[in-house]
Amino acid sequence: MAALDLNAPQADLAQDAAALDAIWRDPPGIRGFLTTVDHKRIAARYLVTTLALLVIAGILALDMRLQLSQPGLERMGPQAYNEAFTLHGSTMLFLVSVPVMEAMAIWLVPLMLGQRNLAYPRLTAYSYWLYLGGVLMLWVPHALGITPDLGWFQYPPLSGPAYGPGHRVDIWAQMITFTEVAALAASVNVAVTILKMRPPGMTLARMPLFLWAMLVTSVMTVLALPAVMLATSLLIADRLVSTQFFSPGAGGDVLLFQHIFWFFGHPEVYIIFIPAVGFVSAIVETFTRRAVFGYTVQVLAIISVGLLAFGLWVHHMFAVGLPRLGASFYTAASMAIALPIGLQIFSWIATIASGRPRFDTPLLWVTGFIATFVIGGLSGVMTASAPLDLQLTDTYFVVAHLHYVLIGGALFPLFGALTYWFPKATGRIMSEGWGKIAFWLVFVGFNIGFFPMHLLGLMGMPRRIYTYPAEAGWGTLNLVATAGMLIASLGAAIIVANAVISLRWGRRAGVDPWGGATLEWSCASPPPPWNFAATPVVASLTPGWEPPPRAVMTGLSLENREVLVTSVGDAVPEHRQPSPGPSIWPLLTALATALLFVGSIFTPWAVVWGSIPVAAALIGWFWPRTRPEEAQAEAP
Amino acid sequence: MPGDTAGLEALRPRVVGDLSGLPRDVIGMRNLNSWGLVGFMLIEGMGFGLAAASVLYLASQGAGWPPGGVLPPDHLFGLIFTLGLLASEWPNRWLARRAHDHDLRAMRWGMVLMTLFGLALIGVRAFEFMHLNVHWAANAYGSVIWLLMVLHTTHLVTDVADTAVQAGWLFRRRIEEKQYSGAVDNCAYWDFVVVTWLPLYALIYWMPRLWGPA
Repeated sequence: MAALDLNAPQADLAQDAAALDAIWRDPPGIRGFLTTVDHKRIAARYLVTTLALLVIAGILALDMRLQLSQPGLERMGPQAYNEAFTLHGSTMLFLVSVPVMEAMAIWLVPLMLGQRNLAYPRLTAYSYWLYLGGVLMLWVPHALGITPDLGWFQYPPLSGPAYGPGHRVDIWAQMITFTEVAALAASVNVAVTILKMRPPGMTLARMPLFLWAMLVTSVMTVLALPAVMLATSLLIADRLVSTQFFSPGAGGDVLLFQHIFWFFGHPEVYIIFIPAVGFVSAIVETFTRRAVFGYTVQVLAIISVGLLAFGLWVHHMFAVGLPRLGASFYTAASMAIALPIGLQIFSWIATIASGRPRFDTPLLWVTGFIATFVIGGLSGVMTASAPLDLQLTDTYFVVAHLHYVLIGGALFPLFGALTYWFPKATGRIMSEGWGKIAFWLVFVGFNIGFFPMHLLGLMGMPRRIYTYPAEAGWGTLNLVATAGMLIASLGAAIIVANAVISLRWGRRAGVDPWGGATLEWSCASPPPPWNFAATPVVASLTPGWEPPPRAVMTGLSLENREVLVTSVGDAVPEHRQPSPGPSIWPLLTALATALLFVGSIFTPWAVVWGSIPVAAALIGWFWPRTRPEEAQAEAP
Repeated sequence: MPGDTAGLEALRPRVVGDLSGLPRDVIGMRNLNSWGLVGFMLIEGMGFGLAAASVLYLASQGAGWPPGGVLPPDHLFGLIFTLGLLASEWPNRWLARRAHDHDLRAMRWGMVLMTLFGLALIGVRAFEFMHLNVHWAANAYGSVIWLLMVLHTTHLVTDVADTAVQAGWLFRRRIEEKQYSGAVDNCAYWDFVVVTWLPLYALIYWMPRLWGPA
């Protein structure tokens, strides 16, 4: 790395900024809206959509909680209840949890790398439009009264052609296809950006833990999501063209669906959780004023969680009748994953204990996360044991467990992260006072709401029932659970109000309101379309805490969009890559893809004829455009 | 809306290096687009792998592979296709080297040759489909054999279409620097189509012969 030479001639960065503005700014108005490839604008769309769905699916949960608050209520019938939990689960898993983490990565990864965009800007846009297609695929038919009703996993034979007539199952299956293609596109984008576009000096050993978390998550996504696409494609084929994958009468097997589905489904849990681990490390670092204790342990733990996550899917299937050895193996594997996660928890506690913690709202969410996630982890170790799981499966114990790990493990860190990065994205700080009130309401309400479900499960209350008789004796605990949910909902409403009000009237943030250690805190808030006027040079794990002057490099084009590509291991600058500008083709390609997906619900020929518009759109996308300097070079 | 830059001045950025001397167009694994290609190969490779695992899983259910009364696929067209596919690697690798060395003339005609080669292979593939000796709706064995064939054929057709479109672009009067790395990447994708076929060929044509009825 170049030594810092304070006498070197200094480029006029302010003048560069004016030139950059001309080439990186989106066209104005609707045209800019439809063609933008700015990772920040696309991430904002992704975030707004996912958070809106979080609220909507949360209201559905509240509706179900009200239904169960007393025995024998008839305000919802069994069909409405089935639809409610299917919509809630499918939305939360496929349309909220995974995409919201992708959204954070799309926004944050280039900023943390001191880059101007992701590796494949048009793919980012395509990813969002397809994701939006998935949202519409589930919710438009719901508005028309056609709602999937078989849970978020839709097992055959119930979802097969014999027992699942109509199009409810197909709608669910194609919603998956939309969202998974979107997530795959985002993941390849994020992984390549982290591997090949790190700033000079940011070797793998100096990479912020959030980037490690997103790298592992993205690779996991690439390896896990093809499984669910295969599962749903086989299901659609069974329903549409009478293949026999899941028909036992013709040599098929219903458990094949469960195996393929959970080969995706278990890594999925960690695809949601590992980004949250990244948020936690970033927040802990900033609010304790020290680098995270045990950096190497954290990195190795993230990688081993990523690997182990692929070896435990069968623990979702203990009740289907497995060979003894199989059950024992998956019990052991499921318990083993608690070790690396335990190491991470100890590292964070050590960081907080040995640092100078400042309990602002983001760190409060992290402490809430640690407490809640440890409880969820312990109930996870319990259900990992095959004999115990046989008793607990399909009871409210599992409902309690999964919400402790998903809300406590992923949403609490996400709320912390939203509070933490809100000033960077908007230029305003959210109210700390209201932030703390909201945290305590959500944290206390959540625990009142979900802890009793452990007991209800142990008492034998099954999942997915729309009501229960008074004699069962579950009424009181259910009422407590509903009350807890109402308290948490009040907290959630305060978070939304706080964000909306702060957007307009919040305190001005400046470049670095929290004293962050990573590179995103050294550009304007909100960052301009080109993010950084010059490429930062990194010399430590915490570049934001190095005293000024800050080393930067210049020389990327001021006439065309360009990004810096560096080597995988040591981030040595290798070449300058042209970066595509605004384009309508991602939207057109997504529309063509949507036509194919929707059509294939009705006829297999949609796959054949639908591929023609997709191919045409892709040809438009990749149509060679001569760069100005190439045209000049070859002009006579 | 201009961002809040309060505090930016205090960082006093110092220019320590100049990136303008770096090359703009590179070929191979230093190019970002090649990394994207690797990503998509991983995704599709997982798809192939899981489909192959489904074959083994269904076969292990004990109804025989193929189930009684069903003949394995005929050998002839599968063999022609496989040998033809392997032979296509020779012009394919040659084309990749010529593209790497910026030999535009060789690259143009190499892409045309590969398109024709691909079209011929698609023709043979059509005959393979006619000689699978099982319909996809007959039983799970038939379904999964068709699954492997359709998955691979999708990749075959996609790459031949890619090659044809790129070949067309190469015959313009002036071509961009990125066409060279694009051609190299296209050859790498053809390698993927060839390599993934080999285990699928074994599963489709040989496994039913070795496993046999229950």
